[in-house]
Amino acid sequence: MKKLAIAALAAALMGGVAHADTIKVGVVGPFSGPFGLQGKNFKAGIDAYMALNGNTVGDDTIEIIYRDIPTADPAQSKALSQELVVKEGVQYLAGFYFTPDAMAATPLLEQANVPMVVMNAATSAIVTKSPYVVRTSFTTWQTSTPIAKVAFDGGTKKVISVVSDYGPGVDAEAAFKTGFEAAGGQVVEAIRIPLQTNDFSPIMQRIKDSGAEGVFAFLPSGPTTLGFVKAFNENGLKEGIKFFAPGDLTQESDLPALGDAALGLTTTFHYAVSHDSAENKTFVEAAAKAIGNPAELSFPAVGAYDGMHVIYKMIEATGGDQDAAKAVEAVKGLSWESPRGPVTIDAESRHITQNIYLREVAKADDGTYFNKEIQTFEKQGDPGLKAAK
Amino acid sequence: MQTVFSIGVDALAYGMVLFVISIGLSVTMGLMRVVNLAHGAFAMIGGYIASYAARDLGLAYAVAVMLAVAGTILIAIPIERLLYRRIYGQPELTQVLMTIGITFCIIGIANYVFGPTLKTIPTPETLREPVSLGFRTVSSHRLFVIACGAAVALGLWYFIERTAFGVKLRAAVDNAAMAAALGVRTQVVYAVSFAVAVGLAAFGGVVGAELLPIEPYYALRYMVTFLVVVSVGGAGSIPGALAACLLLGAIDTTGRYLMPEFGEFFFYLAVIAIVWLFPRGLAGRAK
Repeated sequence: MKKLAIAALAAALMGGVAHADTIKVGVVGPFSGPFGLQGKNFKAGIDAYMALNGNTVGDDTIEIIYRDIPTADPAQSKALSQELVVKEGVQYLAGFYFTPDAMAATPLLEQANVPMVVMNAATSAIVTKSPYVVRTSFTTWQTSTPIAKVAFDGGTKKVISVVSDYGPGVDAEAAFKTGFEAAGGQVVEAIRIPLQTNDFSPIMQRIKDSGAEGVFAFLPSGPTTLGFVKAFNENGLKEGIKFFAPGDLTQESDLPALGDAALGLTTTFHYAVSHDSAENKTFVEAAAKAIGNPAELSFPAVGAYDGMHVIYKMIEATGGDQDAAKAVEAVKGLSWESPRGPVTIDAESRHITQNIYLREVAKADDGTYFNKEIQTFEKQGDPGLKAAK
Repeated sequence: MQTVFSIGVDALAYGMVLFVISIGLSVTMGLMRVVNLAHGAFAMIGGYIASYAARDLGLAYAVAVMLAVAGTILIAIPIERLLYRRIYGQPELTQVLMTIGITFCIIGIANYVFGPTLKTIPTPETLREPVSLGFRTVSSHRLFVIACGAAVALGLWYFIERTAFGVKLRAAVDNAAMAAALGVRTQVVYAVSFAVAVGLAAFGGVVGAELLPIEPYYALRYMVTFLVVVSVGGAGSIPGALAACLLLGAIDTTGRYLMPEFGEFFFYLAVIAIVWLFPRGLAGRAK
């Protein structure tokens, strides 16, 4: 079976090189199911980039092939990626919303001579799994570390951390603890709660009982975040206990549901749809058109948009030939002005170095809610890789 | 001591939310003998209607609740006539396959019409204030839900045990042929009970939306919780369902407060223990 796959792969590669007029990019992401909105954002980012920059690089036409993987499913991700490489003959793999999905596909890259551009999956270690992985999103460490400094500098010395008990939650807990204790603060208690939590009142009572001055929270977006923030307000914690979190909790598509409950929450993140720059204005316009409903636009779209930028640069550098090593080499140290601000692909880690912003949820004049950027942490790398060493 | 009270309040509130949402399923499963996996889908339809009425049309909360219940029943009537009527008395597998199919259809339609984002139902100002109980604060919405749960339990008990219709319903359930021979119009009885069950689902979906927010996958996400409540309480028994909800609410809340890292371990451990001791649920009747 494996031999057959390799033979087919070789045939596909030869075919691909012989007439390189159409270059295929395989995008794996959740396009249906509970996380369908995130996949929709991938697609909006990609469509926006191609609408603004055309669908050709040199003489080559770019074709995107989407593969749907509704929830985190490593085996399925590997199978779909392999199918994209072998049957469709894609020269680039991209997308990947969940870490396990990205991890599962990395062993294919070297053998298939295909670079992978991760557009979301946020665990630090992914880039170490293969030299052909480049990431244009963020890591949980990257977005969670600055909030520790914000908390300490704001006069909060004792914090309780509450995270959902899964990979990114544990990452966020470690990132915050490291940052906060380095600054001189104290994490009085670290609670991990199950992913399927509906009622957060008991957790709120524990936060109160812990005597902390602030709470650091990380939960997956959607119903859990909504429940947590509501419980935080309804149990009267908003007066007296400060709320810190990375920006996943206040992503734009959740804000209408959170409503007034979210007002004043401070989070740190790499991208806010409201970011004030000419690049972002162009991007939001194009992406909003692609997604249909502008209220659904959030951060995965910008990861995908920049991912496409990296892929276009790779194609430019290789002249359309399939050469993963050369392609990845070409984008190491690449800097450009992204809708989120100035970014660079770090030559060593192949992860994106970017500004992280402190934001506060505010209400616009027309009654909609948005993340208002109030402070910038410039050129943040990924502290997660160093911490793992 | 304060901790005990505090957990007690949360447990009562959570248990009542479970009760309001699950009791409709207990009625369909216990009294009508239909394994209705689309129960959550009807609750979700109620939630969407209330959300649309209160948020987009700006109607009052009470009006939105009534619209949600009435609207969901209206939507359910053709579904009952065309689909459910065929599966009354059929083997359970047939019922499961059809109702889960209905669930997926409704998820798809909700996703297409309302989009994948969360929908909230704006509550009136009075239900949003935190209320101080002396030793702690609790949201007034929780107190409202507790009251709703108590009202539903009492009303339903009266309806089934004390009214002429309740007598006919119980007769039709125990022996449909004999009831029909005695002049009970079983089809009408079933249709009305189905409407009541769907109405309760919609009502539960709306008042429980603060804890279980409305989004397209609502129908599947909480299905296990509903089924657990019914099987622990004993299908068709109102006191049983109430006892199950309060017990499971208490265990879940206590576990979550004292040892959150164990997750839902205690919840399911309790379920296993109860079902092992009472295979038909706390108040289940022999078939």
